[in-house]
Amino acid sequence: MRNAFAAALTDFGETHSTLVMLAGDIGNRLFDAFKDRHPSRFYNCGVAEANMTGVAAGLAASGLRPITYTITPFNTLRCLEQIRLDVCYPDLPVIVVGTGSGLSYAGLGATHHSMEDIAVLRTLPNMHVVCPADPIEVRLALADALRLGRPTYIRLGKKGEPVIHATPPAFTIGRGIVVRDGGDIVILSVGNMLATALQTADQLQGQGVCAQVVSMHTVKPLDEELLGAAFAAKKVVVVLEEHGLAGGAGSAVLEWGNDRRVDLRKLLCIGGPDRFLSGCGSQLQARELCGLTAAAIVPRILGRLA
Amino acid sequence: MTDTNRLSSIALAAQFRARVVSMSHAAKAAHLASALSCMDIVALLYHSVLQIDPLRPNWEDRDRFILSKGHAAAALYVALAYKGFIDEAALSTYGQAGSLLEEHPTPKLPGVEAATGSLGHGLPHGCGMALAARIKHQSHRTFVLMSDGECNEGSVWEACLFAAAQRLGSLCAFVDFNKWQATGRSREVLALDPLVDKFKSFGWDVREIDGHDHAQIAHAVQHVSIHAQKPTMVVAHTVKGRGVSFMEDDNNWHYRIPTAAEVEQAALELCGRVNRLPLVLA
Repeated sequence: MRNAFAAALTDFGETHSTLVMLAGDIGNRLFDAFKDRHPSRFYNCGVAEANMTGVAAGLAASGLRPITYTITPFNTLRCLEQIRLDVCYPDLPVIVVGTGSGLSYAGLGATHHSMEDIAVLRTLPNMHVVCPADPIEVRLALADALRLGRPTYIRLGKKGEPVIHATPPAFTIGRGIVVRDGGDIVILSVGNMLATALQTADQLQGQGVCAQVVSMHTVKPLDEELLGAAFAAKKVVVVLEEHGLAGGAGSAVLEWGNDRRVDLRKLLCIGGPDRFLSGCGSQLQARELCGLTAAAIVPRILGRLA
Repeated sequence: MTDTNRLSSIALAAQFRARVVSMSHAAKAAHLASALSCMDIVALLYHSVLQIDPLRPNWEDRDRFILSKGHAAAALYVALAYKGFIDEAALSTYGQAGSLLEEHPTPKLPGVEAATGSLGHGLPHGCGMALAARIKHQSHRTFVLMSDGECNEGSVWEACLFAAAQRLGSLCAFVDFNKWQATGRSREVLALDPLVDKFKSFGWDVREIDGHDHAQIAHAVQHVSIHAQKPTMVVAHTVKGRGVSFMEDDNNWHYRIPTAAEVEQAALELCGRVNRLPLVLA
């Protein structure tokens, strides 16, 4: 996802003359192509995220289109008040990009895990929370965020994630993408869990359960039409996210469903626990620790259907 | 200042002061002494320095002014009314339900460049505006007014490092150094001294002035331009509550609200009369 972001950034630098890239002393060599082509529009802001976010707001207030970029917890929680007051309050077109979200950097320890960012950022008025599923969606998300021109948070994984979409799908912030059809249940997959969601659907197929799989890349605003159809037609609605259960995408659906009086007994939220993780090892091992693998998810869905 | 028909910036500051005292009383709004201490800087900037146009509040190449010490909002509001960004009548709505003149500035109000009130936000924001001027090949300047207590915030020093690294010569910040913060002497709450040396060591062009001397304020900012090689920090020695004898250097007036009698006495001291003068417009 990182490389897809850097490539898209370089291309959009050509088409968007006001795009300005701010990095928090990260991405060594990653942005060389952008820097070469647009030297006056790349700034290494150092390890100072509060200032970087304030600078972005000042640029946006002056008609430019800044993007802030660093490791997710540092670009969200560390500078949360700057995002809240400098960006969201005046509704400025700043794009906040977090890299290494969720458990992408599992082995780096809890300092670098990001299991709270969706929960926190979706509470901010005017903010849009976008979690692309694969490198293809990363480019599409960035393009649509630039079209939108509002405060937008883009939650990236790391590098090397599989490409899932064979061709670029239609992508609009706030509209989910149906990746696989199925009539019995639906798995609303958030961000980088899409490959796991598809594996889960494959395994369910072997058990006689047809699962629809959706890339629910936008947590705020939710795709209400898609949710309405899901709760009307499916026996189980699974929300799958590499994020803590408290306040995450599942919580957002829960709040929505409570407001709309849908049958929330159908909802199954699958996410991380309410504790700091340690001794994780790799991202895959960390997901095993949290029950975020197809092997762990399938029995839970079957249990709901029993 | 060549226009002899205009009020001098000094007289304007006195008028502004009398007005914010009465506004504090009417709205029962705190932070009066903070507004009084920075009033000469605000008055001089709006009188003679800022290139702004109330008919075009979003003019791209306007000078920017950010009142980073947003709790002194009343000082900004009287200046915006003087320049014609807001109606003078709006000043009487300060702090009232339905009014955009809140006790901390909102960018929804014409002439307000940034939401301030949480300290430490104005300087990074100003860095972005100064950087934008360079990227867009514009010549405007960006002025940021901070309090000394505000310099407790780490983001101020992050911004100082950034502005020096980027050589943001069109950026000029003030510290309204009145030696008080909300609950104590600013030199004692945290180790602020030596403040001038700190900013110098951060790579800024530092000017140390009497923040109530209009000639010194004007002189301290005259070199600020897109062509300057360093950002400018004006450390302005001020007196909290300046201009009203019974408020000067008394930190109780950080929160105290003046009575009607105190409003009259302040007006008498500041303008030589009890009844409020209508604000003279620019």
